[in-house]
Amino acid sequence: MDRRQFLKNSTAAVAAAGTMAAPWRCARAQAGPIKIGLLTPLTGVVASGGKEMVEGVQFYLESVNYQIAGRKVELVIEDDASNPDTALQKARRLVEQGNCHMLIGDLLANTGLAVANYVKGTGTPYFIPIIAADDLTQRQRIKNVIRVAGYTGSAFTHPFGDWCLKQGYKKIATISQDYTFGHEQCGGLAQVFTEGGGEIVQQFWHPLNTADFSPYLGQLADLKVDAIFAMETGADATRLIQQYASFGLKGKFPLLGAMNATDQSVIRTLGEECDGIIAAAHFAEGSDNPVTQKFTKNYEAKYGKIPSLYGFSMYSGIMWVAEALEKIGGKAEDRDALIDSVLKTELTGSPLGTTVKLDAYGNPIYDVQIRKVVKRADGKYWNVPIASYPGVSQFWKYDPETYMKQPPYSRTFQGIKKA
Amino acid sequence: MKIAGMTGRTAVVVLAILAIAAALPLALSNYQVGLATEMLIFGMLAMSIDILAGFAGRTSLGHGAIFGVSGYVVVYASAQAGLPPALAFVLGMAAATAVAIVFALLAVRTSGVYFLLLTLALGMIVWGICLRWTQVTGGENGMRGDVRPAFLVMHRAFYWAVLGVTTLVSYAMWRFVRSPFGLTLLGIRDSESRMKSLGYNVPLHLFVGFAVSGFFAGIAGALYAMFNNFVSPSTVALAQSVEGVLMMIAGGVGTLFGGFVGAAAIITLENVVSAYTERWQTVLGLTFIVIMICAPEGIIGTLRAILTRKDGDKGRYKGN
Repeated sequence: MDRRQFLKNSTAAVAAAGTMAAPWRCARAQAGPIKIGLLTPLTGVVASGGKEMVEGVQFYLESVNYQIAGRKVELVIEDDASNPDTALQKARRLVEQGNCHMLIGDLLANTGLAVANYVKGTGTPYFIPIIAADDLTQRQRIKNVIRVAGYTGSAFTHPFGDWCLKQGYKKIATISQDYTFGHEQCGGLAQVFTEGGGEIVQQFWHPLNTADFSPYLGQLADLKVDAIFAMETGADATRLIQQYASFGLKGKFPLLGAMNATDQSVIRTLGEECDGIIAAAHFAEGSDNPVTQKFTKNYEAKYGKIPSLYGFSMYSGIMWVAEALEKIGGKAEDRDALIDSVLKTELTGSPLGTTVKLDAYGNPIYDVQIRKVVKRADGKYWNVPIASYPGVSQFWKYDPETYMKQPPYSRTFQGIKKA
Repeated sequence: MKIAGMTGRTAVVVLAILAIAAALPLALSNYQVGLATEMLIFGMLAMSIDILAGFAGRTSLGHGAIFGVSGYVVVYASAQAGLPPALAFVLGMAAATAVAIVFALLAVRTSGVYFLLLTLALGMIVWGICLRWTQVTGGENGMRGDVRPAFLVMHRAFYWAVLGVTTLVSYAMWRFVRSPFGLTLLGIRDSESRMKSLGYNVPLHLFVGFAVSGFFAGIAGALYAMFNNFVSPSTVALAQSVEGVLMMIAGGVGTLFGGFVGAAAIITLENVVSAYTERWQTVLGLTFIVIMICAPEGIIGTLRAILTRKDGDKGRYKGN
């Protein structure tokens, strides 16, 4: 065979292979697995929460046998290392290399914001059941970033502010971690509370990972307030609750917490010092709703611990996506249809035991529970609802347009109404 | 025959490497092109650290901060202040150089572990400012924005642009360390007291060396901001400085171009290993231990030692 002949033959062979491969590839795209990229911090400061996020997703997918709308589901887990640069790199890997149809996850707001900015360019659907940064579903909304089964930072503290007024509290002081999530949670409470006639006496902002709260607790003890609101997550929450008790403030001032402060991930390790703390959230693992009870029981049986917000949120989030996919026949390739379907889906199987739907901005509307930490019969502590606010939107009772005209909550803007 | 300061044989090798690097994106997927871009950027950062560590004998733990400041300024200037990308880029480099000058003023009179600690502390200050000055830097959340000019949005175009900049910067650094000035730095590394007694102004040389090194780190930082369209405190954090230093050490201290090899090795490890195990950081740590035991002079350093041993040389790089 001379060279020319060889070239001719091989060109023909390659062309034939190409035409044969093309329909095969199409067929595969239809029948192949739905690829879901899960970004989660498996290392770094919030690694324990990240592991529970994975559990939540796997717990759901195992319950449906890794099958959605008759298609196999392939879950690709990547570690975002609690670092936005790494999160960005891993998101690129999942989308560009792994050909994932969608991304879900991330815990820290900075990692979520980095990935959101990236998917704005690629159009990949990105679901954020944990990332609470207000503006992602408010002032800086990105169409393909949807907070399925998530919540905004200020969504639950708005009704909490109202509840505080109903308790007859006149003066509250806040102590919070000094970052956006803290500013938003405190802002929600401060705005509603002061607009209803309450007074925020003082606000303390401390850096993340504060080991010693005594300088703050000393000052709090001298204030004449009716209650103290603590916005803490993770190890800071554990330390604050312990030191609050050992400084003798427990019993002197009622302690109100952000939902993360009394989450299972925190109170699991605590004893009676966490007893009686009140916080507002959509999920209360100690609820007497039979659906919630069943979820909590099964989760506990499988993983040996009461589910935290991380496990619960990711479980509900992936369920939401699954219900939306069922409606469009599992066509995960069609991004627009998927986004549209997710936005329209009303989640029926939620462990909350109620139907949950999204508002016009891609953020869920919940019945908000005011929860109290109480001791269960077996000695473990959990959150039990004591009051409920039905159908709370991220805008509380404000008009969305007017609300979004005010600046986002920050250390300098807390929505406090001047008396 | 000498071409641009290189012998004929070296020039051919350099051209061949450049040709391969330029052709690389044609064979790679978009994601891999992204990784290659990142390797070039971090290679530049590692090289800028090597100017101080390898040639002046002073290891800086503040270069991540200098690198990150440039990134912050680029994102702020283009996304918040609405300046054109080219101007933002120049401002980023200028800011990084300015920060490096401040660092240098404080640090050049120290050496050894004191230099290490002082640069570490200065880097932490920058990190603290980026974290706490929420109104400007966005605090923990960082800053986002479309920084890349329109013609560089595609992966390949951006890669080629970065490759072009990298080539220029590498050449400039190479000439810099081989210049009489660079040789003076080497002299300071080997014996500060001797250079002093010969009449050299040691602090001034170190000061200029630090500023130049910061300038190069700033270029890398500006490119990184364009690459990510995003910057956050983790870009200026100590971990970033440490990563740069590790890349330099893995490639080989005092080899300059070892920076690229180190960056490529670490970024590849980070991305390949993490696909198989969540314990990728452990694997990374073990790899470092192995490198330090088996190749204490780094990958390039060891290769060079093997090659020059063949030629009967003593092996240590003397700068010419």
